[in-house]
Amino acid sequence: MTTPSISNALSLAASRRTFLQGAGAAVGGFILGSFVPFGKHALAAGKPVAGVFDPNVFLKIGADNLVTVITKHFEMGQGVTTGLATLVAEELDADWSQMRYEFAPANPKLYNNLFFGPNQATGASTSIANSWEQMRKVGAAARLMFVAAAAARWNVPAEDIVVAKGIVRHRGSARQATLGELAVEAMAVDVPQKVNLKPASEWRLIGTRLPRLDSAAKTAGTAVYASDVRRPDMLTAVVRRPDQFGATVASFDASEATKIPGVVDVVQIHSGVAVLARDTWSALRGRDALKVTWDTRAAETRSTAEILTEYRALTKTQGLTALSRGDAAAGLASAARTLEAEFTFPFLAHAPMEPLNGIMEFRGDSAEIWSGCQLQSIDQRMAARVLGLKPEQVKINTFLAGGSFGRRGSAVGDWTIELATLAKAINGRAPVQIVWTREDDIKGGFYRPMLLHKATAGLDARGRISGWQHKVVSKRIFVGTPFERVFLKDGVDRSTIDGLNDIAYDLANYSVEVHNAPSPVPLLWWRSVGHSHTAHVIETVIDELAHLARRDPVAFRLDLLAQHPRDAAVLRLAAEKAGWGETLPPGRGRGVAVHQSFKTRVAMVADVSVEGSAVRVDRIVAAVDCGVAVNPDIVVAQVEGAVGFALSSVLRNQITLTDGVVDQGNFDDYEPTRMSEMPKVEVHIVKSDAAPTGIGEPGLPPLAPAIGNAIFAATGTRLRSLPLAAEA
Amino acid sequence: MIRLTVNGEPHRLDIDPEMPLLWALRDHLHLTATKFGCGRAHCGACTVHIDGEAVRACAMRVGDARDQTITTIEGVSGDVAEAVQDAWQKRDVVQCGYCQSGQIMSAISLLGSTRKPTDADIDAAMDGNICRCGTYVRIRQAIHDAAKALA
Repeated sequence: MTTPSISNALSLAASRRTFLQGAGAAVGGFILGSFVPFGKHALAAGKPVAGVFDPNVFLKIGADNLVTVITKHFEMGQGVTTGLATLVAEELDADWSQMRYEFAPANPKLYNNLFFGPNQATGASTSIANSWEQMRKVGAAARLMFVAAAAARWNVPAEDIVVAKGIVRHRGSARQATLGELAVEAMAVDVPQKVNLKPASEWRLIGTRLPRLDSAAKTAGTAVYASDVRRPDMLTAVVRRPDQFGATVASFDASEATKIPGVVDVVQIHSGVAVLARDTWSALRGRDALKVTWDTRAAETRSTAEILTEYRALTKTQGLTALSRGDAAAGLASAARTLEAEFTFPFLAHAPMEPLNGIMEFRGDSAEIWSGCQLQSIDQRMAARVLGLKPEQVKINTFLAGGSFGRRGSAVGDWTIELATLAKAINGRAPVQIVWTREDDIKGGFYRPMLLHKATAGLDARGRISGWQHKVVSKRIFVGTPFERVFLKDGVDRSTIDGLNDIAYDLANYSVEVHNAPSPVPLLWWRSVGHSHTAHVIETVIDELAHLARRDPVAFRLDLLAQHPRDAAVLRLAAEKAGWGETLPPGRGRGVAVHQSFKTRVAMVADVSVEGSAVRVDRIVAAVDCGVAVNPDIVVAQVEGAVGFALSSVLRNQITLTDGVVDQGNFDDYEPTRMSEMPKVEVHIVKSDAAPTGIGEPGLPPLAPAIGNAIFAATGTRLRSLPLAAEA
Repeated sequence: MIRLTVNGEPHRLDIDPEMPLLWALRDHLHLTATKFGCGRAHCGACTVHIDGEAVRACAMRVGDARDQTITTIEGVSGDVAEAVQDAWQKRDVVQCGYCQSGQIMSAISLLGSTRKPTDADIDAAMDGNICRCGTYVRIRQAIHDAAKALA
């Protein structure tokens, strides 16, 4: 077996189990175990007890000479399967052509995100950062074991063995062997207790453009997503959910639905009424025929305009002090000029191309899930709770995901709970597949919060910032989720103030006040989370202050970044590459923004053309400092992609409510960026020897303010709220 | 009973003729590379070829596909398809990859009729295919690369 994508999805899990069960000398495989911690628990898990599935591995090398990295992270397109394999291959001195990947099973002890405690989870742009040492150590330990095996086979000193491009050689003779040929003997070597990692000067793979491991299958159409899995006698379920968030089923009439050929069952669950059928089309027709009456007593019945009015009223009351530095009020009182700016942000749906789905088989004393699973530990616990099982009795097969942007990382396991509830409701008598349609996705909540920001900032007589008072109104994402303890502090949700709390600009008198506004609308992190709004506010206000002070926006920022050389460096680089300072023809404008998120700094310069109310973004020049760029081409791709993903949210996307009912429903009224709108994108990477930081999300935050500032440069009109088109 | 020829193979399906071709392919023929994205012909993830023309399988009733020659990405072949898929891989176009079957089918259809497409041709032919990961920069490059390879 090679990659999941070219295997038959249905045989995947079974073949891995077979491989591991037989993975001693009999099959001829090398398997390397957990290296966390690196000391006494480090073990080669190559001798599993017969009949027991114990996937205690990060690395498998078979007689076929393929090197398979067991990938603890989930692939939503960000390139992590390629990235983790690069780290292992670098230290192992494997050849890139022999590298493969497989997704790890759910096991929070072995496959946890080292930044998230005992949780197997992908998010917050941490995959490469948390695996940076761990995966290189796996490769380095394996390399030492192959060197020892070769030294023993040829009876020569280990110092005389070299490994390059997957070939183990004896220096001084013609003897050589592939990793595959030595796999069985290497398996017998004790796992080293200590390894030395290569200095950067010896890297051959890290920092080079290696092709993605998932490109071939995704290009041929053979890549397998969870929605492509078909289990024997599987039933497909769609759920009729209420039009208003927080409504519950009062009663329902399934008599017409059950007449639809193919419909097998209709079941009420916590979130609505589910129709289970032999295929998707029958389930959808059955759902159309359902009659449901809803209890709306606890439902959201407000329109977004009313919510905004309430947000504005809240800013006139005393909120929670999230941050206070110096004396912002005194700084403003002494200001020569003051700016007061209000920004509003809409709810946003993630709208990944693959709508949510998953399959579960419930077997009474165990369960198995097939899913594009981003937070395996949450989904495992939530499913176990519904089914009355222990988490370890729930097996998860993680699949490639057709995008996520945060949606598949449900903090409360929403659709996995629906799936488990359905599997339990039919007593596990058939495998159940849950399918969300695009309308279910757009109307289904778990949105980026709707927010109001109010910034009041002052300049002294010399044009320096004398004070900045900031207010934010939002519902909190993390309340009622397992993340509450980590992300809520003194009532303040960190995602409301991310970016404001670690602002790089030198502000002596600065305060941030937070107002929490409850609502039944379920919320979730959306690519770049709090930075998706805070960066826009900060970078727009800074731009306005620069103009108020009659300063160049780049120079004004650089003065405030004296203590932050990495932020200043990306700003300078983007400005230089974009030709900052050139005179543009009428109707065109150039704007800049810089922001740090997930420890990565990104500056962007946007060029726009404005004709009447039509805005066209012509070009984005980005400069990125993400520490070591493990795969620079993937870094470039992630920034290009962040531009493509976010552009439609800058220009037009919004989820609005009328009397609590979502107004949008599909890609016609919530339209993502299309080919003809895509600007040219240039990405420049700052060379760095710092440990790698995230890149999945940081390309997003500076886009909106760079575009807004460019529109101001072109027209003299300041658009603050997003989407920009709604205000224009 | 509905007769369909998909990727050169004849099939007889006992299904509702109102069922969209997409679900017949995915649920009844297990040809799952053709993707469900929107169900309303807004996104192109379900693009297949009918007699070489790009068609959205979610918006075509399987009854209307009777006796037609349908090609999905699983069965696509020829010099144009090879050039497109080769260019896609060399550029590492894909991210999540979910929309790419549809993107590639639209690109093959474009290059089948327009051997040297301009950027405007690409906009016109590809605007119906949404990529939420935003891989458009590379899709455009890959189409130009494929055109060069075919020249």
